[in-house]
Amino acid sequence: MANSQSMCTSFLGELLSATHNFSSANPAHTANTADTFKAALYTATSNTSSSTTLCASVTAYSATVNTVPEVSGTGYTAGGVTVTNATNPTATNSSVTAGVGYWTPSSPIVYTTVTLTTAFDTVLIYNSTQSLKAVSVHTFGSQTVTAGTFTLTMPANSTSSALLRLSTT
Amino acid sequence: MIITTTKGDMDTSLLEHRPGSLDNDVEYTTWDEYWLDGELVHRSVHVTLKKSPFSDLFAASLA
Repeated sequence: MANSQSMCTSFLGELLSATHNFSSANPAHTANTADTFKAALYTATSNTSSSTTLCASVTAYSATVNTVPEVSGTGYTAGGVTVTNATNPTATNSSVTAGVGYWTPSSPIVYTTVTLTTAFDTVLIYNSTQSLKAVSVHTFGSQTVTAGTFTLTMPANSTSSALLRLSTT
Repeated sequence: MIITTTKGDMDTSLLEHRPGSLDNDVEYTTWDEYWLDGELVHRSVHVTLKKSPFSDLFAASLA
């Protein structure tokens, strides 16, 4: 078999571990210590543009992101809750040119005993260690919570369903 | 079973239970509502994400 050009699958997993750095403006990291990631809930909106919705254009956590406010209510702390991260990113090769680096929070994200009367449908995962920089936006059916618990269970941590996947094809 | 409500902790036997669910390609969601005399006093929600909605965050192409 001939050699094949490809981005190395191991590199995909290492990107999620901050192993490589191509920038001279990178933040300091502590060896063998993961950053802290948090999950904040945002209200549902009928807006549609990239500047008025939570979407790929989000760069960091804020109480209002792209004009959309974070939820507020009894029992909810601004900024959300810490994401449990007990499983390091993984990289799995699938062919001579393709592979996937992936990561999923290791436990459900839980907001215990809250009252959130304004409908919400979005969670923003962000890095609270690195200047609150945004990681990803995930949406679900619009919900409210009354003196109850909101639980967000993660998909399986696999090449096909992990919450975060970096892949080559 | 005792649950938190807007009226304080209450036994579910005293409340009307109205569960619900939603199932689609992205999520499986269930909720439990408890009502007292026509008033919603407790609503908990459990969203299970089936998979990330974006299939690939990154694709490499080398010319």
